[in-house]
Amino acid sequence: MSPEKPPILKVSKLVKRFGGFHALDGLSFHVVPGEILGLVGPNGSGKTTAINVISGLYAPDGGEVVFDNVSSGGVASHKLVHRGINRTFQVPKPFLSLTVRENIQVALAYGGATGTPPSIAELLDEYRLKEVADRPAADLNSAQQKMLDLTRALATRPRLLLLDELAAGLNPAELDWIAGRIKALAATGMAIIVVEHLMGFIEQITDRVIVLNAGKEIFEGTLATAVREPQVIEVFLGGEHAH
Amino acid sequence: MHNASKHLLFILAPLVAVFALLPGVYQNHLLLFNFVIFLILAQGVNIIYGFTGYLPFGYVGFFGAGAYGFAIMVMHLQTPAPLAVLVGGAVAIALGLLLTPLLRLSGAYFAIANLAASLAVLHFVANPALEGITKGPYGVSLTGTFNPTHAYYAAVVVMALTVGAVVYLKNSSFGLALQAVREDAVSASMAGVNIIKMRVIAWLASALVAGLAGGIYAWYVSVFYPDNVFSGEFSIFAIVFALFGGVATITGPIVGVLILYGIYNLIGFTTPQYFQLIYGLLIMGLVLFLPAGLVSLATRRGWHVP
Repeated sequence: MSPEKPPILKVSKLVKRFGGFHALDGLSFHVVPGEILGLVGPNGSGKTTAINVISGLYAPDGGEVVFDNVSSGGVASHKLVHRGINRTFQVPKPFLSLTVRENIQVALAYGGATGTPPSIAELLDEYRLKEVADRPAADLNSAQQKMLDLTRALATRPRLLLLDELAAGLNPAELDWIAGRIKALAATGMAIIVVEHLMGFIEQITDRVIVLNAGKEIFEGTLATAVREPQVIEVFLGGEHAH
Repeated sequence: MHNASKHLLFILAPLVAVFALLPGVYQNHLLLFNFVIFLILAQGVNIIYGFTGYLPFGYVGFFGAGAYGFAIMVMHLQTPAPLAVLVGGAVAIALGLLLTPLLRLSGAYFAIANLAASLAVLHFVANPALEGITKGPYGVSLTGTFNPTHAYYAAVVVMALTVGAVVYLKNSSFGLALQAVREDAVSASMAGVNIIKMRVIAWLASALVAGLAGGIYAWYVSVFYPDNVFSGEFSIFAIVFALFGGVATITGPIVGVLILYGIYNLIGFTTPQYFQLIYGLLIMGLVLFLPAGLVSLATRRGWHVP
């Protein structure tokens, strides 16, 4: 990562409310091409809401999201996909009755990928889905469905990839393998935001983390520094551990 | 050979050939005509329900709109019948456009709203105040265009186009994207699919199909009342036939119509006293044991059903 690169995504004072609950309360951060940024925080801190707003599933109630120098807050998801944003879901959401290959074909046909489209055979091979390529997605186990979510996102050639708890439920060998894949994607210049609870995994892959609590950023820096911050320790473990 | 070519050659071509030739050897032309109309309507239901998941309980609204579009053109503008059929299709599309807000609903809410909309159209058309335009509740008589033979072959053409459209859906990225929207709209949008546009296109395509069928039906029967062409039986039969065979396939609705409408007529002719009982039991059996339709007997064994 070269720090002088201009950010591909800038989030400023982002607000998202659900009734009286402020899921995001003035969140600001940025990510540059080739960077892997971790979003961490306790349950309900706003990590997934941030991903949902950036990917167009929710319109923000305040603040601004700028992707590639163009305002993208409140823009329909499919348009953001065409601009170069994609994501995976905490609970994978494949098209269950379609085959694995068809799941990826939809994204290849409609994802608006510019340049040479990714090869479906390579995607299947790289993400260990070759053997199940012609099976309905409903037949896949949870880890395979997560990989299918990821390959469907990659088929659209995103420049910003949002990974929502991709690692949850993977075994140690799979974690090492997927960490390598994510780093390889970032090395191509793709900006990646990772929401994750597995701190070892976050430490292994991220350049920088943002720690969220109650929809606000409480820390920005490396995970190694974050774990020594009293405020971070307090939100994760409770006040008595902070000092 | 591409799958689409195989489907056209081995499903569409024989179907069209059979229904084009049958009037020469079988005398009950009205029955053959009804088979063709239900083949069109069942495939129309397939397009909107099988490929997008919207169950159109008021599907007959488009059929009736098509019939009245045809009738008004013939009565007031003396339009030639084939052109009036096309206008019937256009009227159904216009009604479909008017009803696009219903697509915001899903499941039972959509089905009920669609049913209500079809009843509203029926009562609009049957309103005595509109007698000068629609003939209100008194029905229309279009003896000038009466030509069952031409109407029958027009129906066969529309059936061919409709089955051809389903072959396209089954073999194209467009059809795949529609199924993706049906499976999970959020994921489909993250695959880059404009879900609103896709749903509207499928909705209007199925409206067009029913509108053309309604126009041809009006041409064939020539004399009808609002209650005839807005009869809920058209919706129910088309849905039941499509489900019985299996939706989101090309062959399912065809098999459903041929078997179920065949049995319907057979029971009606032979044992009319048990007609409702046997037919009702058949449908209950389907829902209980084969909810995914007859084609699921094959797909459960891992066989591919086009």
